[in-house]
Amino acid sequence: MPRARRRALGAPTLSSGVALGYLSVVVLIPLAALVAKGTQGGWHHFWQVAWNPEAQAALKLTLGLALAVVGINAVTGTALAWTLVRDNFVGKRFVNALIDLPFALPTIVAGLTLLALYGPKSAVHVYAAYTRWGVLMALLFVTLPFVVRTVQPVLIELDREMEEAAASLGANRFTIFRRIVFPHLLPALLSGLALAFARAIGEFGAVILIAGNLPFKTEVAPLYVFQRLESGDTEGAAGLAVLLLVISLAVLLGIGGLRRYATRHDR
Amino acid sequence: MRRSVSVLLALAALAAATTAGAAKKDTNLALAAYSIPTAVFPKLEAAYSATPAGNGVKFSNSFAASEVQSKAVAAGLPADVVNFSISTDVDRLVGAKLVDKNWTKNKYSGFVSKSVVVFVLRNGNPKHIKTWDDLVKPGVDVVFPNPFSSGGARWDVMAAYGAMLREGKTHKQAIAYLTQLFKHNVSQDTSGRNALNTFLAGRGDVLLTYESDAKSAQAQGKPVFYAIPKATLQIETPLAAVNTGNKAEATKFVNWLYTPVAQTIWADNGFRPVDLNVLRTYKKQFPPRPQLFRIGYVGGWTKVNTQFFDPTSGIIAKIEQSLGVSTGG
Amino acid sequence: MTARRLVRYGSLGYLALILIAPVGLIFWRAFEHGFGTFWTAISNPDAMHALKLTLEVAVVAVPLNSIFGVLCGLAIVRHRIPGMGIVNAVVDLPMALSPVVVGLALYLLYANNGWFGTWLNEHGVRVLFAYPGILLATIFVSLPFVVREVVPVLREIGTEQEDAAATLGANAFTIFRRITLPAIQWAVVYGVVLTMARALGEFGAVAIVSGGLAGRTQTMTQYVQAAYENGANETGAYAASVVLAAIAILTLALMTVFGQREDSLGHRGA
Repeated sequence: MPRARRRALGAPTLSSGVALGYLSVVVLIPLAALVAKGTQGGWHHFWQVAWNPEAQAALKLTLGLALAVVGINAVTGTALAWTLVRDNFVGKRFVNALIDLPFALPTIVAGLTLLALYGPKSAVHVYAAYTRWGVLMALLFVTLPFVVRTVQPVLIELDREMEEAAASLGANRFTIFRRIVFPHLLPALLSGLALAFARAIGEFGAVILIAGNLPFKTEVAPLYVFQRLESGDTEGAAGLAVLLLVISLAVLLGIGGLRRYATRHDR
Repeated sequence: MRRSVSVLLALAALAAATTAGAAKKDTNLALAAYSIPTAVFPKLEAAYSATPAGNGVKFSNSFAASEVQSKAVAAGLPADVVNFSISTDVDRLVGAKLVDKNWTKNKYSGFVSKSVVVFVLRNGNPKHIKTWDDLVKPGVDVVFPNPFSSGGARWDVMAAYGAMLREGKTHKQAIAYLTQLFKHNVSQDTSGRNALNTFLAGRGDVLLTYESDAKSAQAQGKPVFYAIPKATLQIETPLAAVNTGNKAEATKFVNWLYTPVAQTIWADNGFRPVDLNVLRTYKKQFPPRPQLFRIGYVGGWTKVNTQFFDPTSGIIAKIEQSLGVSTGG
Repeated sequence: MTARRLVRYGSLGYLALILIAPVGLIFWRAFEHGFGTFWTAISNPDAMHALKLTLEVAVVAVPLNSIFGVLCGLAIVRHRIPGMGIVNAVVDLPMALSPVVVGLALYLLYANNGWFGTWLNEHGVRVLFAYPGILLATIFVSLPFVVREVVPVLREIGTEQEDAAATLGANAFTIFRRITLPAIQWAVVYGVVLTMARALGEFGAVAIVSGGLAGRTQTMTQYVQAAYENGANETGAYAASVVLAAIAILTLALMTVFGQREDSLGHRGA
C-alpha cells in the first residue's frame, strides 16, 4: 500500500504546483497589484485621496442597498424555496429551472431589460430609472437564485416526522415553521444571504444602465470605482476597490465559518 | 529534388506576394473618437471606402469621453486616427510620442469640424430657459457631463465662463456664476453622449452640449429642441493621425476628411464644416451667433486646462470639492 | 390552505415581477419591428465580430478553467499539502468579488507602468486593450465553477476504489482515467456549463481591460452597451441581448439536464 500511495502522490505535487501556479497568475498576482496600488502611501494617503465624500456616499449607499436586498431575499427566497419543495402546481419544474436565469443571463442584458421595464419608455408605466428603487430592482434580479438554491436542498432533506409530531400535538403551521423548520434552515439561509450580500455590493453590469450617473444618489461603489478609473484617478479607484475586496473576503470567511458550523451541527 | 524545392520556393514566394498584396489592400484602421460623432463616422468611412484611395480600407471605431479616450490611447489603446474634443487631448499624445508635433500644420490648424455650445430643452420649454442667467434660477436642473473626463463638459463650462465675461462680469463674478452652475448640475456623466441619454431619460430641465449632438437627437425624433445662446463658445474638434504601422493610410484618411465631399457629410450630420465654401451652403442650418467667441478669448486650452481643470488646484476642481464631488487626480 | 396559496402566489408573483417580465420584454423589444429588422441589426459586421470574439475567448477560457478545476479539486481533496485551505478560499474569491475590482486589478498589473506591464510592453506584448487581457479577465471570473462542483463529489466518493486500484498495480494516470474521472464526469460537465455561461456573459471586468474597440476588442456584452448608448441603435442592443438571452436559456436547459444527472448520483450540494 505505501508504495502505491507514494506512486499516487508523485503526480499530485505536479498537479498541485500547476494549480497553484495558475491560481497565482490569474488571481493572486493581479489582486496583489491592486492592494499595492490601493494602499500605497499608507493610511494617511488613503484618507486624504481615496476617502472623499463621494466615495463615502457610494460605499454607504452600496451597503444600505445590499442590506435591503438581504432583508427582502430572506423572505422571498425562503418563500420561493418552500413553494418549489413543498408545493405542487403546473409548471413547477419550469419555474424551478427559471430560478437560475440570473446566473446564466449576462448582467448587462439584465440591466438593459430592467431599463426597458422601468425606464423612461416603461412598458408598465413604472418609472424607476435613475432612482435607488431602480438600482434595488437590479440587485434583486441578480441575487434572486442565491437563497433559493442554498435553502432548497435543506428543505428537501428535512425529515417531516418532527413537523408531523408537532402538528399532532396541536401546534399551528406558523409555530411549526418557526420552531422546527426554521432553525434547520438558518445556516443555509445565512449562507445564501451572505452570497447575495457579496453579489449585491459588487454588482456592476446590471446596475450601470439603470443607475444613470448620479453621485450621492444612485452611484454605488462599483460605479464609483469605474468612474474614477475612467477619469484617470487610479489611486481613488484602487482605494475603494481594496475596501470592496476586504468586504468580499470577510463575507467568504463568514460563509466558510457558517459551513463548518452547519456540518458540525448536523452530527 | 532540387527542382521540386525551387518550384516550392517559387510557389511560396508567389503566395507571399499575393498575400502581401492582399494584405496591403485590406488595411484596418482603428479610430478613437470622442463620444459624439457615432453616427457620422460610419457614413464618412463608407464614403471614403468608395474612393480609390479608400478602397479596401476597413475601420474599427471606438467612441468615449474625450479625455478618457486620450488617456486610453496613451495607455496603449490601439488607434490609427484620433478625433477628440479638445486639442490638449491630442497634445497628450504628442507628449507620449504617439502623434507628431506638426499635427496642427494644415490649412485648418488640425480642426476637422466645428460646433457651438447649445442649450437642449424639452418641447414646450416649461421653465422658459433662454439665457445663461436662466440656468441658475431656483428650481432649474442643469445637465452637463463631468469636466474631468468629458471634453464636451469643458467646452460647456468655458462657454458659460466666457459668456459671463461677455456680459461684462469680472473674473471673480464669472467664477461665482460657475459655482452656481455646478450647484444646479444634477448629473455627472462621463461623456457628452451619456449626458444626452440622461437628459433624454427625463433628468434635468436643460442640457449643455454640442450643437451637433443636439441636431443628432432631433434627427432621431426625440422630443427636444435646442437654442443657441447669444454668447457661446465655438467648439473646434481636433483630428490627427497616430504614429502606428498604418500611418500612411491613416494620413490619407485624415486628409480626405477635409475635402468638400467629406465636409458636406459632416455638415449633413450636424457638424459645422471648417471648409468655408461648404459652410456657406449650410448657412440656415448653422446660423452665426452675434457674440460667438473662441477658446482664445478665455485664454486658450493650454492655459485654461491648468487654470480651471487641474484635478487638484484648478478652479473647477475647487468648486467641485466644495460641493463634495471627487475630481480626477 | 390559504397560507399555502399566499406563499405560492406571493413568491410566484415576485418571480414574475423581478424575473419574467424583464426577460420577456427583451424578446418583445427585439422583435417588435419584425424579424427583418432584428436580422439586419444582428448581422452587421460589428455585432458579428463581437460574437466571434466572445466565442474565441470562451473557447480558450473554458477548457483551461476546466482542466484547472479538476487538478485543483484533486489537489484540495486528495493531497494533503499545507496551504490547500487557502487555495480553497482563493478559488472562491471570484464568486464574491465585484467584476470592477477584478478588471481594475488586471488593469493595474498590465498597464504600462504595472509590474508585468513594464516588461511586456518593452517586448511588444500587448495585454490590455487586446485579446490576452480579455482572456485573463474572463478566466478570472469564471474560475471557480468546475472546482466547486468537483470538490464535494471527490469528497463523497472517497478513496476506496482508487486505493483498491493502486494495490492492484494501477499507476496514477490509469486510476485517474478509469476511476476518478468517470465518477466526477457529471460534476465536471455541470461545472463546464456554468463556466461557459459566465465566460460568455462577463461584462464589468472585460469593460475595463478591453478598450471596447468595435470590430476589434469589443465583446458581445460590450456591444450591447455601446449599441444602447448610441441612441440610434437601440434595436441593435436588444437584438444582441436576444442572442445572449437565447444562449442563457440554452444554458439553463443544460443545467437542468446535467444537474439532474448529478443529483441522481446523489452528489450535488455544496
